Amino acid sequence: MATVAESLAFEAAPRTSLLRETLRRFLKHRLAVFGAVVLAILVLGVVAGPYVYRVPIDEIDFKAKLKAPSWAHPLGTDDLGQDVLARMLYGGRISLAVGVMSMLIAMTVGVLIGATAGFAGGAADNALMRVTDLFLCLPGLPLLLLLVYLFRESLKKALGPEAGVFILVVLVIGGLRWMSVARLVRAQFLSLREKEFVEAARGLGAPALRQVRRHILPNAMGPVIVAATIDVAAAIIAESTLSFLGLGFPPDIPSWGRILYDAKDNLDFAPHWAIAPGTAIFLTVLSINYIGDGLRDAFDPRKVFGHN
Amino acid sequence: MDDYAIRELITHVKRGGLSRRAFVQTMVGLGLTAPLATQLLGGAGVAHAQARPRSTFVPKKRGGGGALKVLWWQAPTLLNPHFAVGTKDQDGSRIFYEPLAAFDPDGNLFPILAAEIPNAQNGGVAKDGKSVTWRLKRNVAWHDGQPFTADDIVFNWEYAADPATAAVTSADYREIEKIEKIDTYTVKLVFKNPTPFWATAFCSARGLIIPKHRFEAYRGDKSREAPNNLKPVGTGPYKFVDFRPGDTVRGEINPQYHMLNRPFFDTIEMKGGGDAASAARAVLQTGEFDWAWNLQVSDEILKRMEQGGKGRVEMATGGGIEHIQCNFTDPWKEVDGERSSAKTTHPFLSDPAVRQALNVLVDRAAVHEELYGRLGQATANYLNGPTRFRSKNMRWEFNVAKANQILDAAGWKRGGDGIRAKGAVRLKMLYQTSTNAERQKTQAIVKQAAAKAGIEIEIKSVLASVFFGSDLANPDNYPKFYSDIQMYNNGLGAPDPQFFMNQFVSTEAATKDNKWQGRNITRWRNEDYDRAWRAATSEMDPVKRAALFVKMNDLVIQNVVVIPIIWRNVVAGASNRLKDAVVSGWDSNLWQLPYWHREA
Repeated sequence: MATVAESLAFEAAPRTSLLRETLRRFLKHRLAVFGAVVLAILVLGVVAGPYVYRVPIDEIDFKAKLKAPSWAHPLGTDDLGQDVLARMLYGGRISLAVGVMSMLIAMTVGVLIGATAGFAGGAADNALMRVTDLFLCLPGLPLLLLLVYLFRESLKKALGPEAGVFILVVLVIGGLRWMSVARLVRAQFLSLREKEFVEAARGLGAPALRQVRRHILPNAMGPVIVAATIDVAAAIIAESTLSFLGLGFPPDIPSWGRILYDAKDNLDFAPHWAIAPGTAIFLTVLSINYIGDGLRDAFDPRKVFGHN
Repeated sequence: MDDYAIRELITHVKRGGLSRRAFVQTMVGLGLTAPLATQLLGGAGVAHAQARPRSTFVPKKRGGGGALKVLWWQAPTLLNPHFAVGTKDQDGSRIFYEPLAAFDPDGNLFPILAAEIPNAQNGGVAKDGKSVTWRLKRNVAWHDGQPFTADDIVFNWEYAADPATAAVTSADYREIEKIEKIDTYTVKLVFKNPTPFWATAFCSARGLIIPKHRFEAYRGDKSREAPNNLKPVGTGPYKFVDFRPGDTVRGEINPQYHMLNRPFFDTIEMKGGGDAASAARAVLQTGEFDWAWNLQVSDEILKRMEQGGKGRVEMATGGGIEHIQCNFTDPWKEVDGERSSAKTTHPFLSDPAVRQALNVLVDRAAVHEELYGRLGQATANYLNGPTRFRSKNMRWEFNVAKANQILDAAGWKRGGDGIRAKGAVRLKMLYQTSTNAERQKTQAIVKQAAAKAGIEIEIKSVLASVFFGSDLANPDNYPKFYSDIQMYNNGLGAPDPQFFMNQFVSTEAATKDNKWQGRNITRWRNEDYDRAWRAATSEMDPVKRAALFVKMNDLVIQNVVVIPIIWRNVVAGASNRLKDAVVSGWDSNLWQLPYWHREA
């Protein structure tokens, strides 16, 4: 339990130490640090990797097909004899970017709608929640088909095939995944809104925006961050589904999901081909999850007095 | 081999100096399909070999074989053969309904409900090609006990030819002017025009016959309301038990079946759903099922599954051709609300040099050896079967240097990025196909070779149900052809190329006006071709007719309208204990279902 002395010490400390305190608590969370290191390695790998490891991603060589890892091909080759490591490094950029961007979109939309509904209540709440229900009811696949047919050609024309498809994929995945976040945030807001410290802030005359930003939102972020980390993984997989349906990136762009999909029929005799992208997706998701855990603990205002 | 040489061979057969079999094999070697070779002999006055079932097993009693479990990874959705939208529905119906005759693996007609196959000798086929007389098997009963007679044949024609019925099979029956009932067991089909290939109506997968007494009240507009559309009453080896659309079809033995001591199995279950790879696994590796239809899986994977020792791959050659089509119209310009309009020409594929270069950039050997293996063979021809229609004149090669030469000579210069261009036109093309592992690998192989010749290819894959779907609003289905080149597999169905080859006839061009139902997808137009096709539709001399089809094939190949890649086999999986389940490339997997049996 916090002592009076500690709380006094905290109040006397300058504002910067709050950040330092947060960082300190994050660093004390060992798994979170582990996750951060792994994720940093993965990001560094896909950003810098292709400049260091200069094997082409689409060199077909049937003499070397389905070879297990060796010096020439550190992660082995696929059934066209293409180097799996080179493809992993190239495709990882797409997978990670799609995962993170879609998550950000889903979170932004979800938090905005959930917070507005939860804080405003009444008619606005009702309207926004019915919109959320509406989105939850929409059949995903036909909607995706429709969106892609409507906007693919014009986006491709405006931004070029890869950038156009990237934006479309990110918007489509993010735009269809915010509903659970919105509900989560709204539920948190409904209960937090009535808590004494919010009432106190209200009593002191804090305007609505300040109540939300300073008092409610930080307390609601825990579950949201966890949901966000899970969303990154789901988005990486969703991207591969889209590519498979012919709606995402062209089939020769080796995103991790795509490599995994191509490898699945050969799982029993060429496991290395599926293990590489599978492990990469697994590590990404796991490390982001741990980071999420660490962040939640670090930012949790209820732990402000340092007892973790 | 020209028409004269073929005639000489036929004379040789007539005098007995050459066996029918050797003749057919020679013709098959020439690229004609076996059925055509057989028809050549038939037309020249040589008796038809009686097609025999591929079975030596003589059962001592009916039934006693237990359950037969077959796997169709696309499940049947209805069981009226006249409304069968795909092979799956035809096959589901085939358990209960039968045609007059089936096509065996050689493309010969094999009598099922017919007493014998009509030919010139038995007077069944008129010399002018305007009529065919079928004699029906006697003592055949429908599952409800009613006798099967000539009235049923006449009814099926009236039913299917009526446009209000909206039968999928209507095209096969509309060409019949009338059907004369000569007696209870004899019918004469009179055609509107001379019909060289008459074995479409009442034959093979599309010719299954339904009972008059059950469907008479449901003709025309009311056709979809018939209760028996989902509860078949046929003449087949198994009687209907239960049907869950999109899932399972179940049947039990027909104790009154018209073939002595057949069938062998007591019940049959056709299970639908899943995908080709898991179907293959269930038969070849784990042995849960006896038969799996249409194994579109790479040969390498099939071979590994076969090592499980539970099953084997069954194959037959048919007319399936995996090919690339060149778009002769501009897919990037919209005219009157449609792209790839027949009023436009393609910016660079209209240049023969570009198409010829593309033709030598497709490494058919690699695609064959690395992807298809036993499941097909590399080919230069679009029309590969039946054998007597196969051209011997065409060759293919893979030669990147030659492609570069052709393009250099035609004035396509490499730009700074290595991509060739002439003026403002760059050689950059979109290459689409359906989502399928083998197809995406083929795309990768072609793309790499094309890059070496300064052609940039963008790859696109579309989900099969969308690519082959029939939704008019969908820009990605193949008849729209909103890309520069596209690839898929096309087949003949029946062992005769007349319908197959009308896909290059000018008047068949797929357009918005005909709702893209026109069969000419490349929109290529050529007067020589049109003339040859029209001549073939009424040519009664089988040798001249075959020569016309060979000419059509050669025109298509010389002009590089399409780039054939693999002549694909029909592939199925069978349990090692299942015997006499032989695949025919010209008919349903179930063409000789009554003969299937299991070794103890």
